[in-house]
Amino acid sequence: MKKVLLILALSCIAMPLHAEEVKSLRGTRDLDACSEPPQINRLIADDRPIPRDFVQQPPLIPHKKEGYRIDKNYNKCLSCHSWANYKQAKATKVPPTHFQDREMKERANLSPSRYFCTQCHVPQTDVRPLVDNEFEPVKALR
Amino acid sequence: MSNRNKASGFKWATFLLGGIVGIVLLAVFLGELHYSASEKFCISCHEMEDNVYMEYKDTAHYMNKSGVRATCTDCHLSNNLVEKVGRKVKAVNEVIQHFSGTIDTREKFIDHRLKLAERVWAEMKATDSRECRSCHTEENMDYTKQSSRAMAQHLQGEAENKTCIDCHKGLAHRLPDMHTIDPSAVISVTE
Repeated sequence: MKKVLLILALSCIAMPLHAEEVKSLRGTRDLDACSEPPQINRLIADDRPIPRDFVQQPPLIPHKKEGYRIDKNYNKCLSCHSWANYKQAKATKVPPTHFQDREMKERANLSPSRYFCTQCHVPQTDVRPLVDNEFEPVKALR
Repeated sequence: MSNRNKASGFKWATFLLGGIVGIVLLAVFLGELHYSASEKFCISCHEMEDNVYMEYKDTAHYMNKSGVRATCTDCHLSNNLVEKVGRKVKAVNEVIQHFSGTIDTREKFIDHRLKLAERVWAEMKATDSRECRSCHTEENMDYTKQSSRAMAQHLQGEAENKTCIDCHKGLAHRLPDMHTIDPSAVISVTE
C-alpha cells in the first residue's frame, strides 16, 4: 500500500514535467471553439504541363476543372483528352495503358477502372505547404 | 337631339370603348408575356424545378464572381416579339406533356433527356447561338484576356465557322447519355 501511494505521489510530481504540449499544424484551438476558416485556395487557371516528380506519378492537371463533371453519361476530361478528341483540342492524349483493364486485357475504349480521372490526376492550387518539403525528383527526371 | 347626332355619339362611344378594351387586352397580353417569361413561372412545373433548375443552380450562369445571372429565358427565349409569341404557341405541347406525365419522374426525365437536349441544341445551332450572343458578343470578346487554351480554341472555332453550342454543351444543365454523340468520352463497360 505504501508503495502504491509513493508511486502515485511521484507520478503527480512527475506529470507536469512529462506533459509536452502537442501542437497541431492547424493551430491550438479548443475543440468546442470555432475553427479558423480555411484559406480559399485558387486553382491554377492555365499553365503548361507540369513535369513529373517521380517516375510513376500521375501527371498533374495544369488547368481549372471547375464544372467538369465525370459521370456515367459523359466525362468532360475526355472531351479533350480522348484519342478521338485530343488533336482538335491540342491536348495530351490518354496513354495506351489506360485501355487495359485489371486483367491486363486490351479494350476497345478506355477501361472503366481508369474512367474517373480525378482519382489520380489532381489540379494544383497556389497554397503554400504547411511543412517544408525537401523532396527532389530522381536524377533521371531532373 | 337629332337622330344624326345620336348616331354619331354612339359611334364615338363604341370607338372609345373599343379603344379601352383594346388597351386593357394589350396590357393583359404583355403582362402575361412578361410573367410567363419569368423564372418563377418556368419552375412552377416540378419537371423544370426538380431537374433542370436544380442542375442550373450548380453552374456559372446561376452563381459566379460578379453576381450577374442569366435566367431560363435569357438562354431559351428570343427577344424578338414575334418569335416570343411563336414560342408560346409551341409551349402548348409542353402543357400537354405535363398533364400526360411524360417526364413526371427523374427516371422518365433522364430517359427523355437526349431527345430534349438535341432539340435545344438544334434550335441554338439554327439561330447561330443567338441567345448566347445577346450577352457574349464575338466583337467585344477580348481573346487576349482569356486563358491560352480558351484563346486557341476560340480562334480555331471561329476559323471553322463554329457556333457557341457546338462546343459549349452541358454548360447550365447536365448532359444526357452522350454515347451516340462522343463515344470516346463515355464509360463503356461492355467493349
